[in-house]
Amino acid sequence: MNEGDSQLETESTIAVKNLTKTFDDFVAVDSISFDVKKGEIFGLLGPNGAGKSTTLRMLSTLTRPTKGTATIGGHDIVKNDTEVRKLIGIVSEKMIMYNRLTARENLWFFGSLFNIPKAVLTKRIDELLELVQLTKWKNAQVGTFSTGMRQRMNVIRALLNMPQVLFLDEPTLGLDPQSSVEIRDFVKKLNRENKITIIITTHMMVEADLLCDRIGIMDHAKIVALDTSTNLKKLISGKDTTILSLEIANLTSELIETVRALECADSVTQENSAHLKVIVHGDEAFDTVIDAIRKKNGKINSMENLQPTLEDVFLHITGHQVRDSADQKIPIERHGPFAQQRRIR
Amino acid sequence: MGAKTLLSHSFRIAWKDLMELFRNRLGLVLLILMPLFMMVMVGFIYPSNGNSISNLPVALVNEDAGYGNSTIASQTFIMGLQQINSQTGMFVLSNASSMSDIKDRVQRGDLDGGIVIPSNFTASILSGKQGTLIIVTDQSNPQISATIRAVLSGVFDQMGTMLARQNVQMLNPAVNASNSLAIVKPYDVQTEGVVSGNPSYFDFIAPGIMAMTVMMSVMTGLPVAISQEKEVGTLDGMMVAPINRLSIILGKTLGQTARGLIQGVIILALAVGLFGVTIHGSILLVFGLLLLGVFSFVGIGIVITSFAKDQETATMLMMTLMFPMMFLSGVFFPIQQMPWYMQDISKVLPLTYASQALRKVMVLGAEIPAISTELTILIVFGVVMTAIALPVFKRMMTR
Repeated sequence: MNEGDSQLETESTIAVKNLTKTFDDFVAVDSISFDVKKGEIFGLLGPNGAGKSTTLRMLSTLTRPTKGTATIGGHDIVKNDTEVRKLIGIVSEKMIMYNRLTARENLWFFGSLFNIPKAVLTKRIDELLELVQLTKWKNAQVGTFSTGMRQRMNVIRALLNMPQVLFLDEPTLGLDPQSSVEIRDFVKKLNRENKITIIITTHMMVEADLLCDRIGIMDHAKIVALDTSTNLKKLISGKDTTILSLEIANLTSELIETVRALECADSVTQENSAHLKVIVHGDEAFDTVIDAIRKKNGKINSMENLQPTLEDVFLHITGHQVRDSADQKIPIERHGPFAQQRRIR
Repeated sequence: MGAKTLLSHSFRIAWKDLMELFRNRLGLVLLILMPLFMMVMVGFIYPSNGNSISNLPVALVNEDAGYGNSTIASQTFIMGLQQINSQTGMFVLSNASSMSDIKDRVQRGDLDGGIVIPSNFTASILSGKQGTLIIVTDQSNPQISATIRAVLSGVFDQMGTMLARQNVQMLNPAVNASNSLAIVKPYDVQTEGVVSGNPSYFDFIAPGIMAMTVMMSVMTGLPVAISQEKEVGTLDGMMVAPINRLSIILGKTLGQTARGLIQGVIILALAVGLFGVTIHGSILLVFGLLLLGVFSFVGIGIVITSFAKDQETATMLMMTLMFPMMFLSGVFFPIQQMPWYMQDISKVLPLTYASQALRKVMVLGAEIPAISTELTILIVFGVVMTAIALPVFKRMMTR
């Protein structure tokens, strides 16, 4: 994925080479390399524990890499970390703010650590508060804010030093759908209007699909695929591959096993009690699947030819679903696949 | 990065910490209550001198059969005892029928002790023999029984002297009153303190508690404050700013020191206002010493911070260190009371020297030359610990 490096070098803001992080015996990030272009929204997608956050922490100088290097705006993240820090902002799932300080006081405190002249900082704080409609609450203690308001605060805190690169680590984790949409729109706006390069980690397929120009799929400490969403989907929706959604009235596990045993079936997923999602290849695949189900007296109510989703791509590449290892507690993630289908149809 | 920016960032961080502290009402109340409790409890539980024990129920049995018709010796004794007791209020005297009655009542817990005047008391004295008195004590309460013994011995001593002087004057009427005392008690002791007045136990513990509170606030407050920010995630917000790592630790230390000094002032005010402690030395030197104490503890605080991954570990680590230090540093009990191996341990604890120096200044009005040994030890300890701590801390920050 690094072919054409020489061409990219000039316009890439972030260059990562063989970045590795080990904790004792555990390899959290295993020699990953990628470039992020200026003004790009780059997504790191993968289940929890895939190494996304560790990668982000290394790039934002919060953790030292064990091996390998990376540069941001030409500055090495280890040797020149102070310069890197001037260029970046970080939004993590943890709220970086003090509950007992007011919104203004919080921004003032973090801003003052960047040696911004007083007058400039005052003006910037007012502008940022206005930008996320928190001006009304500027003198209220942050502890009294709703989760959505706090996350908006969390994002503008990262913008105090007008960063060229913004890191977002699971920025919508634990937020309600409406707040998530607000944050995503805001991130897009920042990218478009302020030309900020953005790196975002997420385990939500939809989020990556909606936001990112390019997506790196991470699994078990490695980047297993990296491309635009469209190109990634092409990996499985070539001429040869078909994604079928079958509604079978009398769906049994025996029936599922039958389909799974077919030579043409790449993957079979049971969506719910009556729906089966099958990825198949080959010209005759369509007929083969239907024949096999009929032979076992399966009653097919309806059948649909689906566009591939990133979920399918992940499944195709890694052989397991994101949900298998992702945090089950987040409701939005559990409903993800359904929301996705509706949107794509 | 210049020292000025480093300091300015440190002040920002300290300011932020203090803002958080002042907005926390309950925390503020506890900040005042904690030293108050400690002073009150320690001050009242441990008696400043014998006088604080009073109204002990003690029974008296007079079995004196007399000599002829006279029971003069036992009557003089009882009168003397009642007279002394009415001055001190030490005992609540009652009568008992016999020795076994006293023992019964001590076992039941109605009495703390008893005095038995045997039947031959007057007879012995009037026939030129020693008169013997029996004290019954409650062995289950050694401290009270020791007090009763000591007080009664004093009473007996005083009465014995009185009797002896009468005897001397009877034998030789030429001897006058003061000469008779010199014959009976040729030696007299006079106590002269370094400063005037009679220091109480509060004078002893107030400097120690001050030193402990201020120094501990850094040792314990620093790890808890930093590990808490690490857990909540706010530490990342500081770490990702282009500031020197030292300004984080320096700012936190400043904040905690300010907190500790506030507590120190509260203790001082309580000690002077409520417990009648007088400060004989310079207040400036007192605060200088407290700051030096803080400096000697910062290193330990930073090392704990670096080792503690989360707040719980930090709290446990500091508790483990705090308790031995509290009791081994001579804050509550004089070091001389401890067995030799404990005395050896207390000699390596900086708190020992800080409280010792503070006591010298506050109680004895000592000046800098008198506490130069303690000052040197505290400075050396602080420098060595800080030199160890800073590299450890830097490693922790860039893990």
